[in-house]
Amino acid sequence: MSGIKALGIDVGSTTVKIVGVDTEGKMCWHILEQAEPRVEDQVERFLDHTRQVVGTLDRIPLVATGYGRGLVEQATRSVTEITCHAKGVYREFGHGGTLVDIGGQDSKVIGISPEGKVLDFVMNDKCAAGTGRFLENTASRLKVPLDRMGDEALSVVEEVPISSTCTVFAESEVISLIAHGVPVASILRGLHRSLIKRTVAMIRTVGIVPPLMLSGGVVLNPAICRLLEEETGEKVVLPRYPQLMGAHGAALFALEILNDGSQVS
Amino acid sequence: MSVADTLRYHWNVNLLGRAALRWRRWQTELLAKTGSGWRSEILTPPLRISAWTKELVGRHYLQGNFAHLHDKVAWVTSGAPIEFLRALDFYVLYPENHGAICGAARVVVEIASEAENAGYSRDICSYARTDLGTLISGKTPVGKLPKPDLLLACTNICQTVLHWYRVLAHHFEVPLILIDTPFIYTQVSDHALTFVKQQLEEAIPMAEKVAGKSLDQRKLKQITRLSQMATYLWLELLERCKHRPTPISVFDQFTQMAPIVEMRGDAVTVDLYSAMLKEVNDRIAQGIGVVPNEKKRLLWDNLPIWYRMRYLAEFLGRHGIVITASTYTNAWGELADLINPEQPLVSASRTLIHTLLNRGAGDKLATMRRMIDEYNLDGVILHSDRSCKPYSIGQIDQRDRLIREYGVPALLLEADHNDPRSFSEEQVANRLDAFIEMLGV
Ligand code: SF4
Repeated sequence: MSGIKALGIDVGSTTVKIVGVDTEGKMCWHILEQAEPRVEDQVERFLDHTRQVVGTLDRIPLVATGYGRGLVEQATRSVTEITCHAKGVYREFGHGGTLVDIGGQDSKVIGISPEGKVLDFVMNDKCAAGTGRFLENTASRLKVPLDRMGDEALSVVEEVPISSTCTVFAESEVISLIAHGVPVASILRGLHRSLIKRTVAMIRTVGIVPPLMLSGGVVLNPAICRLLEEETGEKVVLPRYPQLMGAHGAALFALEILNDGSQVS
Repeated sequence: MSVADTLRYHWNVNLLGRAALRWRRWQTELLAKTGSGWRSEILTPPLRISAWTKELVGRHYLQGNFAHLHDKVAWVTSGAPIEFLRALDFYVLYPENHGAICGAARVVVEIASEAENAGYSRDICSYARTDLGTLISGKTPVGKLPKPDLLLACTNICQTVLHWYRVLAHHFEVPLILIDTPFIYTQVSDHALTFVKQQLEEAIPMAEKVAGKSLDQRKLKQITRLSQMATYLWLELLERCKHRPTPISVFDQFTQMAPIVEMRGDAVTVDLYSAMLKEVNDRIAQGIGVVPNEKKRLLWDNLPIWYRMRYLAEFLGRHGIVITASTYTNAWGELADLINPEQPLVSASRTLIHTLLNRGAGDKLATMRRMIDEYNLDGVILHSDRSCKPYSIGQIDQRDRLIREYGVPALLLEADHNDPRSFSEEQVANRLDAFIEMLGV
């Protein structure tokens, strides 16, 4: 098989992804796994896997991105996830706008120009509230499986406001709400609202230039998209593979290296 | 102070100490000449004159070690008027500057923990925690700090100093002079200036009493004149960075600024900066820049990150990026025109009240914009300093307006000027990398 001409690997804090693109830059292959503690071993395994698909990696450039990009020794070069995400979504949508990426352990908002360039960005990697971890933590308290959280939250109209912005304190607030017999779905809706409100504050820092685009693992949760639309009054567009935007962008940079050795643009 | 004390002082400071410091300076100069003392493939070696700056700062703290034998000692805040204290022959110590020395020497965590263990919150400015930590434990890289006879705090930089100096006054049981400077939102009013001047007039007899002598007006004018000369020279030095390639980066400026802060009215400070200017002019004439292939020039806002200066300089330098100017180093030069040696008190009131941190956030934005134009800068790094709230407040809006109204890329970098526990290398590197990519380098 293959047709893979260039590779991008996104070593994130919760997941590791690798994407292969063809001569046109179209995503033609990928793997996505939960991040393991020994990232180097996992990356090596990913590359072994890739070798089985493409034969040799000799003439296939690899660009690494994500927090662990520095650990990918095999990479031709590394590019930050900000630039790679912008590249990936621009390729997918063909227009600029405001990209919101809510990952497992961090979140970022990137302003993208009509030509696909990064205009501005803000990141939150200091506080778990405002990231997927906020929901994960409380989901375990509520004994709701992660992939059901969004649907549960959307199943009710009543919403309990969660006043704590801190993940740890929100957890104790949730415990006390359960003890008071508040329905789980209403608590969940409140939790989603709280996460989105934090995200919107970040978006406002960069300023919304429509359309609003959403990527990252949390996108798989339908409540995120719905509440974000509610809070911003903007239509939110989703890429086909929300978790692969960074790796796809990295692969596109790798393709540029293959084609003409051009710089990050 | 007895004759024996005076002799001991001169023996230790002016004979032994001076000789040792001079010897160290010669060694450093020799290393600089042979080029063997500098290990960076990215950055140009520091100015040769740095050896002299180091000697002067060393001598200042050495004098402090023996000050009890010779001088009355005043501890002052960085924005305080020191000219009248110098005219009364006080040895002047800046705890903030001592804090910076601790920061650069990377001993802050150890020292500040002493204050934290005594109950001071980690939300308090790390300069204050460093100082209070030294107070409690005696730990300092400069030998020892002289006990103050007088404290002088000025609110033109922040409100932290107000409480910090009260603690000092309580601890040392010495008088505290407090100069309150009304905040300037847009324009300074005459009555605000009069208010500050009157406080200075009231402060002088207090200081005279502690000093045991009267203020000599001629001496005050002379010291104010030297202050002004040093301030002009400092400003001129900074303005040399309008040249491309930048002859000295902001990191050099940070290390060279100690004398303009703590030895402002001294003749030797004027000599030092005159010589420094000459060396910088030579660099310009020879086309020497801080980084070999200068591609982008940036502005820095807020205090330095004392414990990571080399790291940041090299990180950016690797990409041909140099931080050319900063609102912080500029703050020590921008008020030169307001100093009038013929009217020392009027001039002190004016400079006190116009300090950068005593002016509205819009004013800082205007300063940044002017600097971006004048220094031909491509972007701004705003260090959001967890410690220094008055400097950091408004930065989100300033960043926003720089981008939107001025089209200048700007990055907010969260850290702390002195406490490395608030610095995450991974996160800083990630933001800087993304910013560098955004700048198209
Ligand atoms: S808060 Fe800022 S101005 Fe005040 S002492 Fe600390 S660093 Fe200086």
